[in-house]
Amino acid sequence: MHGLINRSIQNYFCANYGRELWADVASRAGLDFTEFEVMLTYPDHITPAVLDAVCAVLDRSRAEVMEDVGTFLVAQPGYGAVRRLLRFGGVSFGDFLQSLDDLPDRTRLALSELRLPWIELREDPDGQYSLICAAPLVGYGYLMMGVLRAMADDYGALVLLEHCGRAAGIETLKIILVEVDFSEGRSFELGARA
Amino acid sequence: MSEVIQDTAVLDKLCPMHLLLSATGVIGHAGPTIQKLRPQSPLVGRRFFDTVAVKRPRGIHGMEDLRRATGVKLHLALRDAPRTELKGLLVPLGDGRTIVNLSFGISIFDGVQDYALTNADFAATDMAIEMLYLMEAKSAAMEASRRLNLRLQEARIAAEEQAFTDILTGLKNRRALNAVLERLITAGESFAVMHIDLDYFKAVNDSLGHAAGDHVLQTVARIMVQETRSSDMVVRLGGDEFTVVLPDVRNESMLKRIGQRIIDQLEEPIQFNGKACKVSASIGTVWIQRGDRQSREVVLANADAALYASKHAGRARHTFYSPALRRPANLDPPTSGEQGACGS
Repeated sequence: MHGLINRSIQNYFCANYGRELWADVASRAGLDFTEFEVMLTYPDHITPAVLDAVCAVLDRSRAEVMEDVGTFLVAQPGYGAVRRLLRFGGVSFGDFLQSLDDLPDRTRLALSELRLPWIELREDPDGQYSLICAAPLVGYGYLMMGVLRAMADDYGALVLLEHCGRAAGIETLKIILVEVDFSEGRSFELGARA
Repeated sequence: MSEVIQDTAVLDKLCPMHLLLSATGVIGHAGPTIQKLRPQSPLVGRRFFDTVAVKRPRGIHGMEDLRRATGVKLHLALRDAPRTELKGLLVPLGDGRTIVNLSFGISIFDGVQDYALTNADFAATDMAIEMLYLMEAKSAAMEASRRLNLRLQEARIAAEEQAFTDILTGLKNRRALNAVLERLITAGESFAVMHIDLDYFKAVNDSLGHAAGDHVLQTVARIMVQETRSSDMVVRLGGDEFTVVLPDVRNESMLKRIGQRIIDQLEEPIQFNGKACKVSASIGTVWIQRGDRQSREVVLANADAALYASKHAGRARHTFYSPALRRPANLDPPTSGEQGACGS
């Protein structure tokens, strides 16, 4: 899997639990190195092994860890690039949701080797949304949930998010948009440097 | 078309950077985004040519000229600071008025910074947002690549500094030579050091190029490994200088035989891209007896002195070190082949 994903997990872990404990994760995951390189590609089996090691070291569930990683990606100060690139997706949170289908393609434009799993936004009969996530990595839906929660906050929208389980490699999220303009949100200027 | 223009809200949505000009060139309406470029002064009521300079095509100074540029790509710039560059396309309406639609073109990045624009300032069909997204994403990726390259470069330099292997030939390098000599000297063992300098190598490099030179060095390295014992260590000191460390030496004749085999083999022409590269070798050898306890520097200097004598004696010679060689009088003037040279 792309180094950016592995490195994000490492950055999340080190920012919250420190480098010393990360060395435990690396050795438990069977890595013969401790630092992931953002711009390199690693064998696919490494990412689940690292996640299992993170969960074991922290004694937390895969779901919790994945959601935290997703939130970290968007909301962590000092890692503003992801948040900014996602904000290009739309003027409002509703707009942003509608842009999610394009996310894997947009990502590939930026980094041709980074293949994100396919996702699709569906509008439910109740007027709310479901996000269908192909999840080759167990818990990818939770990661997207963390991303959406942080992005809703960024746009100033109030949403309820619920993970509806996993079946046949697909994880589904229920998105209830309670209020679009709940709070001020963070400003997004196209020309600001991240 | 005119009837569409009655409702400027339509144009504001489709082309938020358009200007609607009267027949005399007064701005009658300005799209919401172009107005954002001059938030302190309304564009409506100003004269188009007072506001915007038409840089290309050349020679457009009035409405008459402008209307002739219908359908042509206009290169424009705002007259007062910030003098943002704009691209424009002009379409005359039937009633004497003119629409000039504007865009940032390549100046988009400066534009959005100068005027704090957001996604909402561009039509949803405008590629500007995608372009900004790509520029930002690619810049981030480039920066990450640049940092990776720097780290790899540092790691490579560090690894080369620590390496014991010469990259070009796969032989051991000077660091390895020093380590082995220290070990042999400390152990007080008998060993020999053979300095080998290629003859005519510079001529090959100069006439046939560096690729030929590299090929020769690699071939020479292979020959030296072939013609020495497996317990011997062949070192490339750099350039066309080589050293062989031979442990466990019983007699001088064995050293002579090895030296001669190396010279003989090196004198066989080496083929490169259909050209024959001819080199030879000069050798200087020092034989350290058990318990001699000379420092590494002295051992290497003595081997140098012997090599120097071989070079002086003509080429393709093999000289054994003797204390007499260290006396300057014996080195100058050159005396050919009388200093224990056993080559050729």
